[in-house]
This record gives sequence, C-alpha cells and structure tokens, in this order.
Amino acid sequence: MNVTLTINGSTHQGDVEPRMLLVDFIRDVAGLTGTNIGCDTGQCGSCTVHLDGKSVKSCMVLAAQADGSSVTTIEGLASNGTLHPMQEAFRQNHGLQCGFCTPGMIMTAVKLVERNPDMSDAEVRHGLEGNLCRCTGYENIVKSVIAAAKDMGPHSPFEADRAAHRETLREAEEIASRRSE
Amino acid sequence: MHKAAFDYHRAGSIAEALDLLEANPDARPIAGGQSLLGVMKLRLAAPSALVDLGQIPDLAGISSDGDTITIMAMTTHDEVATSDVLAAHCRVLCETAGYIGDVQVRNRGTIGGSVAHADPAADYPPVLVALGAEIVATSKTGERTIPAADFFVDIFTTALAPGELVTAVKVPVTSGASYQAHRHPASSYAVASAAAVVAMSNGSVGDARLVVGGVTGKPETIAAAGAALVGKEPSEDNIAAAASEVAGALSNPMGDVYASGEYRVHLATIMAKRALAAAAG
Amino acid sequence: MTATIRPFGHDQKRVEDPRMITGQAKYTDDFTLPGMLHLAVVRSPFAHARITGIDTTAAEAMPGVRAVFTGAQMRDAGYGGIPCAWVVPDSGTVTPEHPPLAIDTVRYVGDAVAAVVADNDYLARDAAMAVEVDYEPLDVVTDAHAAHQDGAPQLHADAANNQCFKWTVAGGDIDAAFAEADVTVSERIINQRLVPMAMEPRSALAQVIGSMGEVTLWNTTQNPHIVRFLTSLDTPFPEHKIRVIAPDVGGGFGSKIPHYPEDTMVIYASQLTGAPVKWTETRSENFQATIHGRDHVQDVEMCAKSDGTITGIRATVWANLGAYLSTASTGVPTILHGLMLSGCYTIPNIHEDVYGMFTNTTPVDAYRGAGRPEAVFMVERLVDKVANALDMDPVDIRRQNFIPPFDDGHEVATGLIYDTGNYHGALDLALEKAGYEELRRAQEEARAEGRYMGIGVCTYVEICGLGPSEVAGAVGFGGGLWESAIVRFHPSGKVRLMVGVNPHGQGEQTTFAQVVADQMGVPVGDVDVFYGDTAQTPMGWGTYGSRTTAVAAGAIVGAMEKIKEKGRKIAAHLLEAAVEDIEFDDGKFYVKGSPEAAKTIQEIATAANVAWSMPEGVEPGLEASAFFNPSNFVYPFGAHIAVVEVDPETGEIDFQRYIAVDDCGPIINPMIVEGQVHGGIAQGVAQALWEGVEYDDAGNLLTSSLMDYAIPKAGSFPKFELGHTVTPTEVNPLGVKGIGETGTIGSTPAMYSAVMDALAPLGVEKVDMPLTPERVWRAIEAAKA
Repeated sequence: MNVTLTINGSTHQGDVEPRMLLVDFIRDVAGLTGTNIGCDTGQCGSCTVHLDGKSVKSCMVLAAQADGSSVTTIEGLASNGTLHPMQEAFRQNHGLQCGFCTPGMIMTAVKLVERNPDMSDAEVRHGLEGNLCRCTGYENIVKSVIAAAKDMGPHSPFEADRAAHRETLREAEEIASRRSE
Repeated sequence: MHKAAFDYHRAGSIAEALDLLEANPDARPIAGGQSLLGVMKLRLAAPSALVDLGQIPDLAGISSDGDTITIMAMTTHDEVATSDVLAAHCRVLCETAGYIGDVQVRNRGTIGGSVAHADPAADYPPVLVALGAEIVATSKTGERTIPAADFFVDIFTTALAPGELVTAVKVPVTSGASYQAHRHPASSYAVASAAAVVAMSNGSVGDARLVVGGVTGKPETIAAAGAALVGKEPSEDNIAAAASEVAGALSNPMGDVYASGEYRVHLATIMAKRALAAAAG
Repeated sequence: MTATIRPFGHDQKRVEDPRMITGQAKYTDDFTLPGMLHLAVVRSPFAHARITGIDTTAAEAMPGVRAVFTGAQMRDAGYGGIPCAWVVPDSGTVTPEHPPLAIDTVRYVGDAVAAVVADNDYLARDAAMAVEVDYEPLDVVTDAHAAHQDGAPQLHADAANNQCFKWTVAGGDIDAAFAEADVTVSERIINQRLVPMAMEPRSALAQVIGSMGEVTLWNTTQNPHIVRFLTSLDTPFPEHKIRVIAPDVGGGFGSKIPHYPEDTMVIYASQLTGAPVKWTETRSENFQATIHGRDHVQDVEMCAKSDGTITGIRATVWANLGAYLSTASTGVPTILHGLMLSGCYTIPNIHEDVYGMFTNTTPVDAYRGAGRPEAVFMVERLVDKVANALDMDPVDIRRQNFIPPFDDGHEVATGLIYDTGNYHGALDLALEKAGYEELRRAQEEARAEGRYMGIGVCTYVEICGLGPSEVAGAVGFGGGLWESAIVRFHPSGKVRLMVGVNPHGQGEQTTFAQVVADQMGVPVGDVDVFYGDTAQTPMGWGTYGSRTTAVAAGAIVGAMEKIKEKGRKIAAHLLEAAVEDIEFDDGKFYVKGSPEAAKTIQEIATAANVAWSMPEGVEPGLEASAFFNPSNFVYPFGAHIAVVEVDPETGEIDFQRYIAVDDCGPIINPMIVEGQVHGGIAQGVAQALWEGVEYDDAGNLLTSSLMDYAIPKAGSFPKFELGHTVTPTEVNPLGVKGIGETGTIGSTPAMYSAVMDALAPLGVEKVDMPLTPERVWRAIEAAKA
C-alpha cells in the first residue's frame, strides 16, 4: 500500500506492506537511521519519535496507521544547525555513553519538558519509564533533562498552552475539593 | 520478530468500520495498537486484516452530562490522565490512566482498545468495575450498554458479540475512589491491583465496593469486603478486616516466574487495604 | 606559560557525543549496501534434541528468498566450528565441536539450525518459519550442579558427566585452618544467570569480494582484531583477507566479546549469493542466542578466630557454561574468579574447586565484572556471616582483616600480586560520606518503630587491566593482552591516534585525546582518535576487562615518547642547537634557558612532513608506533554502602541511598569515570534486586523478553553519592587503573547485605537473588513460622 509521511519537514512516500512498522519506514524508506530499534516488545523506547507532536514508540505503530501524519525524528530536532537545548544538555551533562538509547531518550525528554518544565527528579524518572538505558544508570540522563528544562523553560513555544493547562487543572482541583466538602 | 502479513483498512466512520469488519471475518479492529501489535509481533495473533479505528472523528472526546461522563473509545490514556472533566468528576480514572505503561504508550493506547483487549493485568478493568461503569458496544443493529462487571469475562475475553465494537465507556461522577497496584518491574503491568470506591455517610461507610485485578482472568468484585465495611468507621482495623475477605473470594489465582498465585492473592489483600483506606480518607 | 586547564583530570565534554545526540552515529544495522540481502536464522525450539531432518523446499519457494542453507552445507564449504579462545591448563578442559549451524543435535533453545537469505528482513523471517525441522527430543538439564550428577542427560560425547573442566586454586593449609578455627560459617550461594542486554542488538554484515578472495565484516564487537583472528580459523578466508569493521557499538558489557556463529553465517551467505548479507538480531533472539553471564552454584565456607581474624575460605563451585564454549567461557569462572578469593583481606588459607559444566542453556561468557562479581559476592557474604556469628559490626571485621596499605605489590594466598592498595582509605571515606554512625542510630530508631531499615557495606578489590601477555599464555588464553598505538602528526600539526582497542560507550575517544593533548601540548580538539577497523588500526586485543585505558594508555604514551624524541632532533636542527639541550614542554621545543625562541610541535610537524630540511639520518614524517605489554594486572578497589527499607507486608524494597567510593588511580576525566560508576552500580544492584534468567524443566527460557526480564528503569534508583580516593599503580606510565566494572562488582554485595541487614530482626538469614518481593515476603513468612 502507498504510505506518505512528512518526516522532519520533508515528504517521504513508499509502496509498503501493510505490516511495515513506522520505524522501518523511517529507517529503510526514508533512510533516517538515527532512530534505533532496541527490542521487539515495545519496552525499550529507543525508537521513540514525535508523531503529530506526541512521543510514540515507532515500533508500536504501523506505517499505515501513520499515513498522512507528520513525524519528527532525532535528525529533525536541531534547527538551522543549532542543537535543541535537550541535545546540548545531554552532552553537557554526560547523559549518554554508547548513544544507542539516546535518540529515543532525547525525543521523550523533549516532550516531557514541553509539558512540564518544572519537573522534580522523581517526575523526570517517572516520565522516562518507557526508555531503557543500560549504560548510564540514568543519573546523568535525569540531570540532563532537568538542565534542559531550565534552558527550554520560558522560551518554549508551548509555554502558553502549558500555562492554560495548569490553570484548568487548578480550577479542577478547586471544583473537586468543593465537591468533597 | 515480525508480524505475519495482513491487509490494512482505515475506517473513516463507525459505520464504515462495521462494514469492513463484516466484510473481513478474520479482521480485527485496531485502536492505538499498543497491545495488539505486541501480540502480533510475537505471532500470538495473526489476523488477516486490520481495521484501523484510530481516525474516526466520532470516537474521540470526553463529555459530561452532570451525572455520567462519557469517554469515547479512541480517547488515549494520556487524554484520560489529563482530562479536566475527569480530574474534577472522576479523579481515580485520571490517576489510573497516568500510570498505564509509559508516556509513549499513553499517547497511543486508548481506553476502548484496552477494555476490548481485556488483559487481566490491565489497569482500567478493576477500576471500571468498581466505578460501576458501562461499556457501550455498537453493531450494525444498534447500540447496547454492558455493565463493566459483565463485560470482562475472562483472559482476553469480553461480552462483546461478533460484529460489535466498543465505542464508549460511561462512568458515573465519583469521588472517594482509589486504585492501588503492584507493578511488574519489567512490563509495568499490574501483578495484583485493587480498586475501591467508598461513600461516606455521617462519618461511617455508607457504601463500599472493592474490585481486585491481576490475580485471576478478570476483575473480581469482593462483595464481602464491601459489605464488611458498611455502617462502620473506616478505621485501620475495620479496613484490614474487610480486606481479609479478598483471599476467600479468589480461586485459581494465576502465577508466573515473578509472582505465584499465592503471592498475588497476598498482594491483592494488601492493595485492597490500601485502596480502601485511600478511598475512605 | 599561559595558565591553561590541563586536559588530564578535566571534565572534557565527549567528542563522541555530537554524532550520537543528532542521530548521526552509525551502528552496524545502519549500514545498507547496494544489493544487500538479509539473513534470518531458524532456531531450535527444543533445549536438547536430535535433528532427524531439515526440509528447506517450502522456504526456498517463498517470495524473495535467495538461499536457504544448513550446517552440513557450511561444513562442506570449508567452514569449521566456532573456536573457543581460552583453554585453562591443568583442568582437563574439553572443547566440544560447536558448528555455527547445528548439524545433528541441538543443545539449547535458540541453537541455530538453518539460515535463510532473502530480499528483506520481513521475507527472510517469513521463510525461516517455513523451514521444516524434524526433532527427536532428548532429556534436558539446565542446572550446573544437577548436570554433574550421575544419570544426568549428557550433552557432549567427549565431556563425561557434562564436565568441561575441573580447576583448582589453593594456597596455605585449608584443612588446618578449619581444624583450628573458632567459628565456621557456610552457605550455598546461587549467583544467578543474567542477560547482559546491551541496548544495541547484535548485527553482522558481510561483503565477500569473490574475485579477490576477500571479505569485509561489519560487526557489533568489542574486539574487531579478535573477531578477525577467530574468523580466519572457522571460515576459508585467511586473516589478511578479512577486514573487520566495528562501527559505533551500542554497549557490550562482555556480550560483544565473543565471535558468534552468525558472523560466519553472513560470510558464508555472502559467498553463496555474491551479495552483501546482513543479519540483525531481534531482542527475542538476543535473549536466546547472545551469551549470558554469571550462573554459579557455590558451596562456600569461611573460618575465623574468635577475635574476628579470618583464617580461611573454601569453596566448590559449579559454573554453568551453557551448551557450548563461547570465546572466553572457561577463563571467567577460573582465572577471573578463583584467583580473587582473598578479596581485600589477608586470608592465608584458600581452596576452591571449580567445575565448568555444560547444560542445555545459552552459552555463558563474560558479563560486566566477569568472574569477579561472583568472587566478591562470595567473600563479602561470608565476611558478613562471620561478623554476624561473632556479633561484630560489618565495618569492624573488614577493618580488622584488610591487607594494610601497600604501594609495592602484595602477594595473596592465591598467588596474585596486587599492585597498590589502600582499603582503609576508601572505606573511611565511604563511611564519612554515608554518615555511617548516624545511619546506624537511624536504624535503631527505625527498628524501635517497627520499620525495617538496612545498611549494607561492601569492600572489594578486583583484577583488571588484562594483562601481562606472559600470564595470558600461562593461563591458557589463546591470544596476547598487550596493546599498540600509532600517533601520527599531519603536516598542519593536527594529530591522529589509532588504537587497537575498541571503545563502545566508555568514552576513550575523548579520554585518549585528553592524554595526547596533555602530553603533546595540543588542543584536545586537534586530536582525532580512531579505532574499530582492522584495516586501519594497529593490532589490539579489544575493550573488556577494564583494560582499555590501563593497557592502551601505555602504548599511547610510548608512541608519544618516540614523537617527542624525534621532535627534539628536528627542533635541534632547526634551532641550530644540540639535541641534549632541547627541552619539550607544553607543546614547545626550546633550547634550555631560552623558551622564547621555541618551535611549536605544530611547526615541528610541518617541518617533518614537508621534510625540506631534516637532520642527518632522520626519516621524514612525524609518526610513531608503540606496543605496551603490562607487567601486571591492575587492582582497583573501593567501598560501597547501600541503604534500604523493606516493607514487610509486601516484601518490596525501598532503595534509599547509595554511596560508592572507588579508587581507580589518577582520573583522566572525572565526568566519564563517574558515568562508568553510575552504570556499573545500576547493573550490580539489578543483579541483587531484579534480574535473573529462569528456565523451565524443558529448558525453555521463561524470562525471554523485556516484558519479563527486569532491567532497571529511571525510577529504579535514588541519586548515587560518589567519592574517590587516588592510589596510582606502577603498572603503566599514567598510574591509572580500570573503572569499567568496579560499580558492578561492589554493588551487588552491598545491596544484598543491606537487605539482609534490614531483615535481620525478622530472623531471615538467606534469600536467593534476585531479591524479588515474593522471595523476601516468603522468607519473612518462613522466619515467622
């Protein structure tokens, strides 16, 4: 079947089997090998990409399901030669060793921080549950994400959305607490 | 591993999805695919075709009529976890959804897909049964609602009839509920879990429902536990006494390398105690 | 002199990172060659069976299939068995045939039976499922101890009682020690089987150029030169016609040391089809077909005097080697394990018998620590038991038995000579960082409140920096353990360093650049460190056993000394001075007393490369090669402290604090060293708490995916608290020891000890690892009863 995806702003089209996974489309059809495959059961998160703005494991999505969507991979994260603050933070804080889990880890982390720039250590660790790393013991990954959050924070294009969401949650809390009284 | 070959159809509407499923008897509907693609990769399932429900506009969204909240089937776990409506009117469902799998799974996986898959280690089933939720099933002949307690029949088995699709989940506005789970360190699925809904009345328990998950093939309502608490103060001793009803109510518990059946029953008892205490507190 | 930050000892950001954070790193599976085909392996679903027939006709008829082949075909084409590279002497070691594709018998679930080559990976795996193999199942044994008993199913005709070897280490008079002891403790320890789980699955891509009789193999390996050497033994290609390229390698932890059957399969497949052929394992295959680690059954005893003086340790170990010998299988439970039974203590009497056993399981080889974790755990567990028996604090008994500080070698009863050590120093610092006395007070309070807090202490020494080649030969390793390096200055003064080791995440591309920059006085960014291609790098034995920096640095320094020497001659010539009068400092050659009229190393590099005016008898170019064969191993050491609280209701363990003090000598890059320790702790703690391979009685792997084999996640750990002491070694010119495995070696016993300390008031004395909640809960229930 014919599948067309916009990956990192470019259109990629392929006549593929319906069973082809999104990650195979990214690697084999689009030729973008930065997205890695570390498992076959959806645990490791190495293949995490942004699908229409959300982090997903591209080994747990069919290319067909993603037909017509927009995908960002690790190769599309830097803009005009400038590293994304998350990429920079991983380097500054030694958040990687062998580098294999790193693209997926960074893609997940970017979305975590976009949603919540004020995460605690524990919140970052919970947010990264879907990304396995065997080298770092996660310590410097967590450090990297928290450092990146400082750099991404107020300048993030998503800040307005986040502020609105936090406001709604606060209101919801109030309603809930009034109900329970 | 790789899946066996299959055909793929994307449905644009519920009607089209039902037509496609009727035309392809071996086909399976696919929602977010976070469970189905996993079993297909291991070739534990090999449908001849998939009917993708993921882009049907009518299957998205959460709405409330004041008493009941309707969650359309293709609502993702993340949308449930972060829903303002649910945060205000059925917080336990937000809390439950917020711990399903991981961020990426929650971005793809849907409540409809999860309930239809009926994994005994899933988080929604015990919570939905405890809440007294209803599952809306749609077929070419119309729509029916199935109480969650009747919907989950056994491991990967539901009360859905052939040709029926889960299109929505309806939950009553609820406070005083809690879900507690012991999670598998690898899969993060619930090894044993408990959902409790406790309504207080003048300082004592007016009504209590306790449902255990993960131990047997389906969510188990522990009626004796609820009954044991009604009319009593939710003290530590009373809650422990209620939770102690769990073991007697469970037969043929499942076991695996990580947790034997006996341990699962024990864990369920502890989770029940904690869920009842949190729901009453 | 300008005040600059010395590259040595500085948190240099890694030069590897830019490609890895942008998706531009190239791992083996990222390579696609024109016309490339894909290979899939047909694997045995039986742990032990006779093959009575293989029918490939259906598979051959499937779309896109180019070839299907069996072990018999490979044998007929001149492909031999996978060699084992380590045969421990004086042990009766037998080395049964290990064909890359099983010919008449399969011996573990996942044993390769046939291979399919097709246009793409999906089609290859479809066809692999269509290969029909008839099996006649045989009885199965998976446990090393059970395999040794009379009547156990036999795996190999040449290994009676499934015994591969019996190896003994002895020192002192063990019988007298036990006879004269005041206290004796004993335990059967199961040091369980683990899956190494590098995040990058294995992959191999071969391109045979038939007309030239050559093959290039892109391979996920920690040691491309060893793979080339071994490949020359089991394929028809001679060593000089094999090029092994290890591109970026996504972690190894020992699992990418071995030369695997799939390496030879893709070579044969490429020869057969005339096309490049790639195989990349799935994670499910990785669980079955990539080596496992550990798996010892250990019967151990320790004896001591009533004042706490330890006098002896005696053990019988059944080491599970799996179904076949992997590259370094036999060395791990012997040399790397048995020789370390003195730990960091003075134990005058030692005796251990190690039985290497064949079982119907995945082959076992080196996994991070490789033998040393199995030794340190054993020693530390028994030291704790002696302390308990004598009602001593675990810290006091360790201090009492430590080998006193030494800087000129210390011989232990197993015959090893430790290089340098100060075990008191590391323990003192760890106790201070932990606030040990305060922790013990907190524990008393917790216990009074009915909470079960535990504090675990481990002090360890390990053997790494493998090693003197003479020793390698004496202990039966089929290669050398020296390293070599080439330092080459380009005409512009930039530097290329080529080494035979093969880092795969450890960061030596950066630390080696620091070493060169530090000694040559050039910017770190001017040094390009290259490895991972046998056609372009000098010979080297690879990256494992925490040897990369400790051994290769000797060669790098040696090459730089030669460059400096030559530079002096050229500088003397250009400055019209005598060679003896030329000094070299911070990248400048100058006449003694006249640093203002200096020639920079870059100027010398240009002069040497253009060679317009060279001194008499000096060759053009500025390049040197050096070899370094260390005089001894290095022995890093440290002290680790874990703090936990156990929930007695569920058996769950709340991991609260972890303090690690490690001494690896002078630190080239503190950031990288800390990273190594973090990762090591994670893996060692994981053995104590979460990880363990389980087989059923039929030899099926029950923990066969990341759904059920629990490697740690980000939420598994508290922040680690690290410290370092610095005790240089004399073994290499930089004084450095290895740091790659210390975290793993120290943390399993520390964590185990913490949990046992927490459970002590409940009367629990033993729980097998991993300490899953159910096991802990059951132990508590059993102690109550």
